[in-house]
Amino acid sequence: MKELKLMKGNEAVAEAAIRAGADAYFGYPITPQSEVLEYLMAERPYERTGMVVLQAESEVAAINMVYGGAACGKKVITSSSSPGISLKMEGISYIAGAELPCVILNVVRGGPGLGTIQPSQSDYFQATKGGGHGDYRLIVLAPASVQEMADHVKLGFDLAFKYRNPVMILSDGVIGQMMEKVELFEQMPRLSDEEVAANYPWATTGKPAGVPHRIITSLELDSSKQEKHNHHLQEKYRKIQENETMYEAIQTEDAEYLIVAFGSSARISQKAIDMARAKGIKVGMIRPITLFPYPSEIINKLADQVKGILTVEMNAGQMIEDVKLAVNGKVKVEHFGRFGGMIPNPEEVVKALEQKIIGG
Amino acid sequence: MTEEIIIAGFGGQGVLSMGKILAYSGIMQDQEVSWMPSYGPEMRGGTANVTVILSDERISSPVLNAFDTAIILNQQSMDKFEKTIKPGGTLLYDPNGITHHPTRKDIKIYRIQAAEASAAMGNTKTFNMIVLGAFLKIKPIVLMENVEKGLKKSLPVRHHKLIPMNMEAITKGAEIVEEVA
Repeated sequence: MKELKLMKGNEAVAEAAIRAGADAYFGYPITPQSEVLEYLMAERPYERTGMVVLQAESEVAAINMVYGGAACGKKVITSSSSPGISLKMEGISYIAGAELPCVILNVVRGGPGLGTIQPSQSDYFQATKGGGHGDYRLIVLAPASVQEMADHVKLGFDLAFKYRNPVMILSDGVIGQMMEKVELFEQMPRLSDEEVAANYPWATTGKPAGVPHRIITSLELDSSKQEKHNHHLQEKYRKIQENETMYEAIQTEDAEYLIVAFGSSARISQKAIDMARAKGIKVGMIRPITLFPYPSEIINKLADQVKGILTVEMNAGQMIEDVKLAVNGKVKVEHFGRFGGMIPNPEEVVKALEQKIIGG
Repeated sequence: MTEEIIIAGFGGQGVLSMGKILAYSGIMQDQEVSWMPSYGPEMRGGTANVTVILSDERISSPVLNAFDTAIILNQQSMDKFEKTIKPGGTLLYDPNGITHHPTRKDIKIYRIQAAEASAAMGNTKTFNMIVLGAFLKIKPIVLMENVEKGLKKSLPVRHHKLIPMNMEAITKGAEIVEEVA
């Protein structure tokens, strides 16, 4: 029988990390994602699978523990919320530069600064455009349900190891705190030290005689070598764009108008679409599941079909820039957002669609 | 069937756990469910509320502005949520501590003396289950056997001995709920 549980999004991430065979979680508490660490501490995975759970002394320490664990070929995960993710950004840039796999969960709260503890999507730029320094990209996943919170942990680890690249799960306080039905995947085994050594020839697993040194670093003082490394990274990002773009198309076949929204905004917009369609407005939605790589192609294609596009985001207008790039001026693109911890309701989305796109 | 519910009262009244038991009961009969709390500063002595949706279909927005049913357990919540009930919808409230009673004419209004009844039963912690019983009498959207299963799932094993008392409170609530308008 299917194993169904009622869980918060944050708890689903924690349980999924154990089941994905993660070797370690390093974190530091912050609302609205503290349930991740709380769940792990209560669940004691170190007794279930041998997984390490450690509350670090700070976010900076936690991300550098992730860097160290990943360098050894271990499956490591960390989580935080916006101000904490800002603190982690230096380490994330290093991990991206050193090409190491890991999963980072950001349960976004309203900002800037310490901001509010209520939900937001105002870290879109930070997640997709490089919140840390240097020319790097994270693979960014945007779960829109508690089920996806669990599934994206597994998917995140798969992509992280496939491309040796950090993966960010960009969630928010709605998805993190709400409870829904979840079907959990089966426990996967943790890799043994021998398996890690055999599977990951880049990992620092000890140096037997006759084997060359493996050096994990993001430092390269020879600019020509750094440029070569950056070209290699860009080539990798291009492959990721080619192969890993994911989105959900909802009622787009006959759509005259299009909403583009991710995460909890997509859930709210789905209800708005039902309400608009009841009024005879033919509107559909593209819900990006990956924010990098971005589903530009399908949005560009639909721009030939629809009369206007509304992005719905819990921010002042961030993803709209990627939609505009994809649309390339073919149709009008407008933004509707609530922010600072305020959550839009479906009625507001319908109103914005009517005023900014249909009537405007 | 889709039932969109707001449950609102003071922190400590068992608002969130009542929502959780309702959501688990829904899962027990194969429904889609969502439970979206209002959390944070509001929890400290202020109002606490939770949006619970039970549906036979995939649930779109967990965040709502209009509800089929509002279960209201203090005055602040009455002020905030009476106006959010859909026309033809249902309002269930405990009159204890309510000074401004609901005035809408386009909804069905029920009263449950749950604070009083839980005190009479000798355990004020059964308050939320009395309210749940009243709700399920008005809207029998989940079977009683599934509520019992939901309780089992929702409560830690060490509290399972309390399930008969909770079921009794649910029965009590169903008995004493009264239609006002």
